[in-house]
Amino acid sequence: MARKVENILRNIDWHIVVIYVFLVFAGWLNIYSAVFDENATSIFDAGQKYGKQLIWIIAAFLLAIGVLIFDSRFYFKFAYIFYFLIILSLVGVYLFAPEIKGARSWFEVGPLRVQPSEFAKLATSAVVARFMGRYDFKINRLSDIVKLGGLLALPGLLIVMQGDAGSALVFSAFFLVFYREGMPFTIILLGVYAILIFALSIIWGGLILSIIAVVLCYLAFFLYGMQKAHKISIVKMLLVPFAFVIPAVVYRYFHIDSSVVVIFVIGFVILFVPVAFYTYKKRVPTLLIIFGIALGSVFISQSVEYVFTNLLEAHQRTRINVFFGLESDPQGSEFNVIQSKIAIGSGDWMGKGFLNGTQTKNDFVPEQSTDFIFCTIGEEWGFLGSFVIIGLFVYLILRIMYDAEQQRTAFSRIYGYSVASILFFHVLINIGMTIGLMPVIGIPLPFFSYGGSSLWGFTLLLFIFVKLDANRTELIQ
Amino acid sequence: MDLSNRRILLSAIVIGVALLYIARLFYIQIVDDSYKLDALNNSRRFEVHHPARGLIYDRNGKLIVANEAAYDLMVVTGQIKDLDTAELLSIINVNKDLFLTELKKAQKSRFRPYPIIKQISAETYARLQERLFDFPGFYVQTRTVRNYPYHCGALVLGYISEVNNDDIKKDSYYEQGDYIGKIGLEKRYESYLRGVKGGNYYQVDVKGRVKGSLEDGKYDKTVVLGKNITTTLDIELQQYGEKLMQNKKGSIVAIDPKTGEILALVSSPTFDPNSMVGRLVSENYNKLVRDPLKPLYNRPIQGVYPPGSTFKTVNALIGLQEEIVTQNTMYGCLSGYYSGGLHVGCHNHVSPINLIESIKMSCNAYYCNEFRSIMDAPKYGSVREGFLKWQSYIKAFGLGKPLGIDLPSEKSGNIPRAESYDRTYGKNRWNSLTIVSLAIGQGEITETPLQMANIAATIANKGYYYTPHLVKEIDDTVFDNSFIQRHDLPIAKKNFDIVTEGMYQVVNGGPGATAWWLAIKGLDICGKTGTAQNPHGEDHSMFMAFAPRNNPKIAIAVCVENGGFGATLAAPMAVLMIEKYLTDTITNTWREQQVLEKSISYKN
Repeated sequence: MARKVENILRNIDWHIVVIYVFLVFAGWLNIYSAVFDENATSIFDAGQKYGKQLIWIIAAFLLAIGVLIFDSRFYFKFAYIFYFLIILSLVGVYLFAPEIKGARSWFEVGPLRVQPSEFAKLATSAVVARFMGRYDFKINRLSDIVKLGGLLALPGLLIVMQGDAGSALVFSAFFLVFYREGMPFTIILLGVYAILIFALSIIWGGLILSIIAVVLCYLAFFLYGMQKAHKISIVKMLLVPFAFVIPAVVYRYFHIDSSVVVIFVIGFVILFVPVAFYTYKKRVPTLLIIFGIALGSVFISQSVEYVFTNLLEAHQRTRINVFFGLESDPQGSEFNVIQSKIAIGSGDWMGKGFLNGTQTKNDFVPEQSTDFIFCTIGEEWGFLGSFVIIGLFVYLILRIMYDAEQQRTAFSRIYGYSVASILFFHVLINIGMTIGLMPVIGIPLPFFSYGGSSLWGFTLLLFIFVKLDANRTELIQ
Repeated sequence: MDLSNRRILLSAIVIGVALLYIARLFYIQIVDDSYKLDALNNSRRFEVHHPARGLIYDRNGKLIVANEAAYDLMVVTGQIKDLDTAELLSIINVNKDLFLTELKKAQKSRFRPYPIIKQISAETYARLQERLFDFPGFYVQTRTVRNYPYHCGALVLGYISEVNNDDIKKDSYYEQGDYIGKIGLEKRYESYLRGVKGGNYYQVDVKGRVKGSLEDGKYDKTVVLGKNITTTLDIELQQYGEKLMQNKKGSIVAIDPKTGEILALVSSPTFDPNSMVGRLVSENYNKLVRDPLKPLYNRPIQGVYPPGSTFKTVNALIGLQEEIVTQNTMYGCLSGYYSGGLHVGCHNHVSPINLIESIKMSCNAYYCNEFRSIMDAPKYGSVREGFLKWQSYIKAFGLGKPLGIDLPSEKSGNIPRAESYDRTYGKNRWNSLTIVSLAIGQGEITETPLQMANIAATIANKGYYYTPHLVKEIDDTVFDNSFIQRHDLPIAKKNFDIVTEGMYQVVNGGPGATAWWLAIKGLDICGKTGTAQNPHGEDHSMFMAFAPRNNPKIAIAVCVENGGFGATLAAPMAVLMIEKYLTDTITNTWREQQVLEKSISYKN
């Protein structure tokens, strides 16, 4: 046993551990400052947030030590069971939990509030690592993709149903893991393209964006057809637009009382036949790809309205509209961002000093201790403090990815990348929203934000990797 | 396929995002200062404490400008919550449109208090106070406003009103919503009266709740109270003067000749200074501005008139001092003065007469002769030199420039200049006859009623005057009274004795004197009538006087526009004023009644 402990101590990556401890304590100081009040009694006052957080922190340290002591094979072996339990609790929380802040995300166990979704990231990381780490896993095989998608979609959808779309969005971080594991880069580009289409559809409206996308794809097709090697007759190419124009004219002329989508559906159906025929005959997929992009673009831009009205809550719609400058709501959801920018912007080089933040201390920024904890850093520790914190997060993430590459098992490597990607996604969104570069999505800043579930979730997530990394010489299989 | 290289792109994405965020932080934290300002406005509130404005007393210690409490309804729009406008309006009883436009103005800043409804009444305040918790974001600020218990002296005392943008530009002390003296003593002594405002900085939270003092009050400023001022005015005399002047245009200036202290400075028509306080200020002010009788025009220091016959005393003094005439010099008068086709009319009186009689009867011919004798006296060598000598005397009397009273916008009046005669008639083409109208106070010479009163004071003092002024002392302050100076005239006392005798005869000389029926036994009033010719209508009625003859206590000038002969209106008013001041009783109530009932209608 003593030797084992010695082994662990020698093998664990102290860079990660030291940064973790530093970030957790920096987080606690900032929570202390954010809720600080001159009349407060003791810093250990368990009635105050910082008092509670101190208890969570001690518990988190115990958890971390426990994780390190446990046999690393446990995490591999129990991945599916753990995943199953989390799914159960997500269902349970949806069915039985009380509604808090518009979401059913918390179990109340006595004085404790546990948020299963914070642990779902961890369970999903393990299960994804285990599934993708199989010898016979092929990232290009459809059946594997479907299964993998299912593993992600199941907790993701359950969390959306709870009313916590922000946390569900975190699962998109796994695309970075997939990329590392061989997913073509094109998919990432397509993802970025899809987000762009979605965003522009919100700003300019779905119809305009559909038309732009179709016209651009048609131009691509035209350029392709003009090339000598493919030589499609001009007449044929000029006929293509009529697939959309004729239905459009009919639609206008007869005042058909249905969505404009019909025009696009008819157009794409008409065009699909020649495209499929051409692709089959020439055995060149280019036309089919252009067709697919056009179809996908129209699908995304036309579905924006549906997503907006049916999948998003009113406050989420407002946040997105505010972010794109389509709506002004300085008293409401925009207020957070304005106040957050003011707090951070007033920090200057060195900040106002610990406990001296005027904006943070006097409750100008809502959700100060949780989602907007970065304001306190920006205001009280200034540019320098913010720089250091961002720098530490970057170092931590890069370090995890570096360590992940050193792993001998696919499971450990994939799990490592999952940890890095999730951390990155949280930092990207959370800090981005406090400085107005991202829409307001309520997800915590890892290790900083107030809340036991979040801290424990991230601690477990991180230390399981630290443990796997420490044991990398022992083959898991 | 070795996929480990893919870590490089992933790392690049992480680093790229970090760099973008750091650049953004650099911009909002270091480059862009607007967030820092917002943060200050957000989180600190300066609660201004306005000092009570200094009070103003009259020479007998009567409070003539007082303070009373006023209540302003303030709003911090960022703190408004579920405002029930209709409910609030029903309590404060204010027009809805007015309220909404003010609210819109207030919304320019979410955190700065804005006075949305000024000067709500004490009753409204009491009603509102009970319900104030229903209207978060609204509170009432107590302020003091001016009150003028005697309802008189508007143009002398002045009034205060809210600073405009020019005031703020000129002096950074002022902020929107502060008050400043606009005219009169309120303006002239603004820096003493206003005090220095102070206040405390507080830290406030997002709901505007005070979270404690800012850095233990390091930046707090202590309030310095406004200084009380004691004026030279006799408020009851001032009030009486305004009463006498009612329904007439004109001025009364009364001076204590020994000190230059102004006892009364009446301008008519006037207004109740209390009308410049309260919610109707702008309405009342516009009414005053539009009034064709110009009640905002401070006639005693801004109106300029030809002195008319009152000026004969000055010419007599110059002739005596220059030894052109003696008290025994006689000139004849055949109901006027005739020379070279010029005729200056005069009334019927005995002829010839000496100098004392010439004042007593106000003989035009006498002064035409006397004036031409000065101008043409061989000792000067030329009319021009004679004229310049004469001019130096009238300058010594304080004419042709402002006397330097401690009120803003005093006019200088006009004295004739050789150069302008040169321009009009050609160089040296003018002679004593050309300018003979100066002999009887007509022509190119004009003076303010203040200057006329100052001449009366100078004669009363037999050769000197003090700069007329309105402030006696300022509490707890070494009052810079260097502007009050003694001016000695280069005229011998004995000559003043002669002119004084003439002026004594005007009132006390029995039939034949211009104002003989006004004599009051024991008061020994010395005076001189004047009728300033007015090309635009009825002549202006003038009278200057002082009393008692020995040891004068009051010197006075009265000018009634279009009042006719000096003796008919101005003289009785002056006598009433003197009697009021010296004895505090009016013996001839019939005369008083006549003056009060006299109403002059003005066409324009």
